[in-house]
Amino acid sequence: MLTPESLKKIDREVAKYPPEHKQSAVMSALRIAQDEKGWLAPETIAFVAHYLGMQPIAAQEVATFYNMYDLKPVGKHKITVCTNLSCTLMGAESAVEYLQRKLGIGFGETTPDGRFTLKEGECMGACGDAPLFQLNNKKICANLSPETIDAILAGLD
Amino acid sequence: MANTPKGQNEVIFHSIHLPESWKLANYLSVGGYDALKKVLAEKMPPDEIINQLKISALRGRGGAGFPTGLKWSFMPRNYEGDKYLVCNSDEGEPGTFKDRDIIRYNPHQLIEGMIIGGYTLGAKVGYNYIHGEIWEAYERFEEALDEARAAGLLGRNILGSGLDFDIHAHHGFGAYVCGEETALLESIEGKKGQPRFKPPFPASFGLYGKPTTINNTETLASIPYIVKHGGQKFLELGKPNNGGTKIFSVSGHVNSPGNFEVAMGTPFSELLAMAGGVRGGRKLKAVIPGGSSVPVLPGEIMMQLTMDYDSIAQAGSYLGAGSVIVMDDTVCMVRALERLSYFYFEESCGQCTPCREGTGWLYRIIHRIEHGLGRPEDLDLLDSVAGNISGRTICALGDAAAMPVQGMLKHFRHEFEHHIQHKKCMV
Ligand SMILES: Cc1cc2nc3c(=O)[nH]c(=O)nc-3n(C[C@H](O)[C@H](O)[C@H](O)COP(=O)(O)O)c2cc1C
Ligand code: FES
Repeated sequence: MLTPESLKKIDREVAKYPPEHKQSAVMSALRIAQDEKGWLAPETIAFVAHYLGMQPIAAQEVATFYNMYDLKPVGKHKITVCTNLSCTLMGAESAVEYLQRKLGIGFGETTPDGRFTLKEGECMGACGDAPLFQLNNKKICANLSPETIDAILAGLD
Repeated sequence: MANTPKGQNEVIFHSIHLPESWKLANYLSVGGYDALKKVLAEKMPPDEIINQLKISALRGRGGAGFPTGLKWSFMPRNYEGDKYLVCNSDEGEPGTFKDRDIIRYNPHQLIEGMIIGGYTLGAKVGYNYIHGEIWEAYERFEEALDEARAAGLLGRNILGSGLDFDIHAHHGFGAYVCGEETALLESIEGKKGQPRFKPPFPASFGLYGKPTTINNTETLASIPYIVKHGGQKFLELGKPNNGGTKIFSVSGHVNSPGNFEVAMGTPFSELLAMAGGVRGGRKLKAVIPGGSSVPVLPGEIMMQLTMDYDSIAQAGSYLGAGSVIVMDDTVCMVRALERLSYFYFEESCGQCTPCREGTGWLYRIIHRIEHGLGRPEDLDLLDSVAGNISGRTICALGDAAAMPVQGMLKHFRHEFEHHIQHKKCMV
């Protein structure tokens, strides 16, 4: 169900915890699975659960509790914009408007060509660089303006 | 600024001027790991380290300001079996972004602090729980751990001393409540991050049910300085009962937002000047001095205060994690509170009824006031809902949701009344 590379990464996470607490690796394992598959289908979650020797429902609970897991397909690039207070003070609303106009979608939507999904996020602990968004759960793109947004999006496949 | 502000970059960001300050070689070049070497060479008694922490008046930098020396003394000394040290880098409190920079620019000092912690507390393993949204910092921390292991500073038989201690990074994945220490432990155990009822406290029943000490990133990164220079020197950097420097994250309407490490007790006005002053020379309206969860204070009051636990508490708010959100006179307080209330409503874990239901009530009432549908009785209702959450939940997320509401109504009630009466904003 997952590639040998993904399994190797999961094994590295498992090794961080006492052998009788493999479940501790479930958050990372789900992240690794999501990176490979693009999103977490129920069968992916079940596979991860079995791999770690835990009940599928327990892994499902984790997948639904934390905001960065995608339980539905998303576009090739997921853009999560922080709209919390510090970012809003620094112009998050204009950045959101610009992104929505440029991509032609609202929050929670994906462009018809499947390239972009736009999400609203909470504080990312990077408020000094506001306004900002997080790209594909990995990279914080800071000090957004129409120009920086254009440049970031132009650099994506 | 003509004079260097007191304590600037003294404890944590002392190497930030170096290119690639995060590399082990660069940390060693400024005396990094000297404190650990001193502890190991002198076989410093754990009680002596704890005593220095007490003298230093280091208080927890995660928000509550609990004295670190006292916290460390709660760990059972003669416990047979595993104990754990956990670092809380889950910084998700709106306005807070200092731990990310500690990890990005000085990860080895945090590692050194954690190793000294492991030695003092008798823990063999430490975990650093890193906020899900800052993947790049997580990767950098993992690299720093690899460097430290390769240099014999981490793992088995550290520097040939016989001390075993290893650290692992745990990556969060988007849940503010996991910053609460017992939710964080649940999360490391691979569960939903729902806070545990206390007591038992983590020092007796923590990670995997074992004695555990949890400290904030900045707290642990301050330890090497205290061990190296003594608690007294750290204390004197700040003021009595408020030792050391503090990193203040300044965001919002300032010309140069960012992190500023200065002495505890630095006047707010100086900090504001360091951040370039209020954007566009506008009037300072209000400041949230310690992260979104603490009561807002009007600008005039803030300009009289110094940045330390006691001064801010006397004015009716909290220093929290030192997260300073600056608002100029263009800000509508109803709109600001609406956004914060939405956050707590979103992030409540749903375990306690007063918080799960109350945060929804707060958000909906403020939302309708903001959108011109407020009713005259709404302000009393807000007071009553906030009062009914406070102190009635397992963890302090409920209080964190109530306090901003109470602070806004105390200092900016007229703006809310204006919204209700005139169905529009006064700014
Ligand atoms: C809702 C909530 C969120 C919290 N978030 C954080 C956080 O992001 N980082 C942190 O260090 N402490 C956070 N805390 C405080 C922790 O529970 C704990 O007090 C702290 O990590 C202890 O470390 P210290 O004594 O070094 O401050 C939070 C508490 C609550 C109630
Ligand atoms: S408020 Fe947007 S990153 Fe903190």
